Amino acid sequence: MKNLGGVKLRHHKNTKDFATQVFKTPEYIFIPMAQTMGAPCEPIVKKGDTVKIGQKIADTKAFMSAPIHSPVSGEVAEISDYLNTDGRHCPAVKIIPDGLDEKSPDIKPPVITDRESLIYAVRESGLAGLGGAAFPTHIKFSYDPVKTPVDTLVINGAECEPFITSDYRCFLENSSDIIEGILLVQKILGIPFCKICIEDNKPEAIALMKKKIADSNCIDVVTMPSLYPQGAEKVVIYKGTGRIVCEGQLPVNVGVVVLNVSTVAFIAQYARTGIPLIKKRLTLDGTAIKRNAGNYLVPVGTPIKDLLDFGGAENVKTVLYGGPMMGVSVYDTAQPVLKSTNAILAFSEDITAPVATDCIRCGKCMRTCPLNLMPMQIEKAYKTKDIDGLKDLRLMLCMNCGCCSYACPAHRPLAEYNQLAKALLKR
Amino acid sequence: MPTLYVSPSPHISGEDSTRRVMAAVCIALLPAAVMSCVIFGINALIILVTCVISCVLFEGLFRVITKKTQTIGDLSAVVTGLILAMNLPSSVPIYIPILGSFFAIVIVKQLFGGIGQNFANPAITARVFLMISFSAQMTKWTIPVTNFTQLDAVTAPTPLAADFLISGTDKVLPFTLKDMLTGFTGGCLGETCAIALLLGGLILIFTKTITPTIPLVYIGTVGIFTLIYTQSLAATLYYLLGGGLLLGAIFMATDYATSPLTEKGKIIFAFGCGALTFLIRHFAGFPEGVSFSILIMNLLTPMIDRFTASRPIGIITEKKEAVK
Repeated sequence: MKNLGGVKLRHHKNTKDFATQVFKTPEYIFIPMAQTMGAPCEPIVKKGDTVKIGQKIADTKAFMSAPIHSPVSGEVAEISDYLNTDGRHCPAVKIIPDGLDEKSPDIKPPVITDRESLIYAVRESGLAGLGGAAFPTHIKFSYDPVKTPVDTLVINGAECEPFITSDYRCFLENSSDIIEGILLVQKILGIPFCKICIEDNKPEAIALMKKKIADSNCIDVVTMPSLYPQGAEKVVIYKGTGRIVCEGQLPVNVGVVVLNVSTVAFIAQYARTGIPLIKKRLTLDGTAIKRNAGNYLVPVGTPIKDLLDFGGAENVKTVLYGGPMMGVSVYDTAQPVLKSTNAILAFSEDITAPVATDCIRCGKCMRTCPLNLMPMQIEKAYKTKDIDGLKDLRLMLCMNCGCCSYACPAHRPLAEYNQLAKALLKR
Repeated sequence: MPTLYVSPSPHISGEDSTRRVMAAVCIALLPAAVMSCVIFGINALIILVTCVISCVLFEGLFRVITKKTQTIGDLSAVVTGLILAMNLPSSVPIYIPILGSFFAIVIVKQLFGGIGQNFANPAITARVFLMISFSAQMTKWTIPVTNFTQLDAVTAPTPLAADFLISGTDKVLPFTLKDMLTGFTGGCLGETCAIALLLGGLILIFTKTITPTIPLVYIGTVGIFTLIYTQSLAATLYYLLGGGLLLGAIFMATDYATSPLTEKGKIIFAFGCGALTFLIRHFAGFPEGVSFSILIMNLLTPMIDRFTASRPIGIITEKKEAVK
C-alpha cells in the first residue's frame, strides 16, 4: 500500500513514559455548553442548585449533540455567556465544588442489548470523539446497516501530532478496556473485522496490542509509518482498509466506522460503571512547562490556568488545545479543559510562522498534501474569488491537516487560505 | 494574566525556506563554477563575479527604487547571476555580463513581479537577448587556458560547432570523450565540464531541491532522437555531453517558476525541450538550441499546468448524462 502525502515532524513525545495521574479538583469548574461539533446544550440546572458527580447538567433535543454531566459535587455559582474558540457564543455553567464528592444516584451501568440501546447509552454518556474533533460518537453508530453495511471497525491510535501522548498512555494503561470496547461495539453492531492502527513510533503499544489480540482472528494491529497526518480519518481508513472515502461521503459509505482509541476504551468503561464522560486524560507539555509535564486525568471544566500553574509555566506566549499542527489557540488561560481536549501545550517562544514571502512554485505543498490537492492554486483562486476554480480544485476535500503551510519554504499560510476559501464557498 | 498569541493552525512550520532552496542551488552550481575557472582561467572568474554582483545590485536597487520589501536575502539573484555567467563565453567584454544581468533581473524578473512571477527563465532570456544583440561577441569561443592568469585566449570551435559529419563514420569527432567529461573543450563557462554538472545535478536531487524528472526526460529525449538520427552511439554521447544540454536540463529547465508543477506536466515540458533541442541542433541555423527550446517551453508552461493539474484522491468524476 502506498503512502499518502505528509510531512515528517519531530515527535517531541517527551511525556510518553509518564503514567497518568489524577489531577486535583480545581477551585471551580467552568463548563461551556458547546462540547461537541453539533448543537450546543441548554443548561438544565440554575444558579444555586446543588449538583452531584455525574449528574446531568445540560442537554438538548438535537440528536447531533450529547448531554453534559457535572464532574464534581457542589453548587452552581453562575451561568454566563462564553465565547468559544470557534467564534460561537454559548452559555457556560460555573460550579464551586463542595469537597463532599457525592456521586449522583443516576450513575448506574447502562443496559446495552441492541443497536438502539447502544446508541442511547452512548449519547447519554455524553461521549464526543476524544481524538480532538468532538464528533458525537453515537452519530457514528446511527447508520442504516441495510443501505450502508459496515464490515470494519477502525481504531485510530495514530496520535500523529507532536507532543501528545495521551492515546499512547491509553494503550498502555487501558489495553483491556480497549479490547472490551472493541468486542462490545463489534457484537452489538455486527461488525466482523477490526483494525487497530498505530504509528510505528509506538512499538510498546503495538507489541502490547498484538499480545492482547493473539487469540482473536478478527482483530488486526496495523502498523503505520510515522508520517503526519496518519491519524486523519481518511488517511487512517486508507491505511487500515485500503478504501478511499470520496468527496461528500462518510466512512460508513465505504463500510467503515472509525473510533479513536480513547473513545472505544471509554465506551467499555461506561458500559461497566455507568460513569459519564466527566474526566479527560490529557498531556501537559510544551517549552513553557517547567515541571510536572505529563499525563493527567483532569475534570472537564478545569481552567487551563490551573494546569499551567501546576506545570510551573513561565513566560507563556502561546497555549494550544491539542497538538501544534491542528490544535486551536487558547485566547485566555481562564478557558477550561473540554471533553475533546487531548493536550494542553504551552510555549514560551513565539511559534508563529515567519513572515510569508512570494510563492516560488516549488510544488512542495502539492507533494505533501495527503489528498493531492494543489494549495498554491487554491490560494490564487481564493484571492481572485474564483468560485468555479475552487470547486474544480476540489477544495472541500481539504481536511486542514496543515502539511502545506508546514512544508512551504516561503512560509505562506496556505492552510489558512484553504479555510478562508471554504468559508467563501459556503457563502 | 499573560498576553497570549493566537494564530490559525498549523502553529509550527518546517525549516525549509526560499533562502535554503536557493543556497542549495548555489552549492550545486559550485563544482561547475570552479571548473570554469580551472578551464578558462581568470576571465571566467571575472565574469562569474561580475554577473553575481550586478544581479544582486540590480535586484537590490529595483526593490529600493520601487519601495518594495528587499528580497536580495533570498539568494535568488545570486543563482540567476551564476547561471547567466555559465551561459557566456569567457572572452566577452565586461559590459556584456552587466547588460545581461540588467536584462535578466530587471526586465524579465522584477518587472513581472519578482521571484516566482517571471514567465521565462531570467538567465536564459538574457542569454538569448545577448546572442541576438551581440552575436559576434557571444560566439567567440576560446580554447582552455594553459595557466590561470592568461588573459588573451585563442579562439576555437565548440564541440557542436565543430565540423564533423552527423553520421560520424567518415570523420573523427573533434574532441575525445575524456575532454568532453572534464570540460577541456570550447564553449560557455559552465557548460563544458559534464562531470561537474552531473555532480551538481546529484546535489539538487539529493537535497530534494528538484525531482529528477525534468533532467532525465530532457536528456533522454535528446539521446533517443539523436541515436535514431545519427545511428551512432559515439555521436549520441557526444551530442549529450557537448553544448549546453546538461547545464540547461539540470539547472535551467528545472527552474520552479517557469516549469510545470506536476510530474506529468514536467514530463511533457521536458519532452518538448528535448524534441525542440534536437530539431534546432540538426535542422535549424543555430548549432545549439537548448536556450531556445527551454524558452519556448517556458512560454507553454501555464498551458501545460492547466491540462496536467493533479488528480486529488477521492474525487468523484461526474458522469455526463447522455443527451437524449
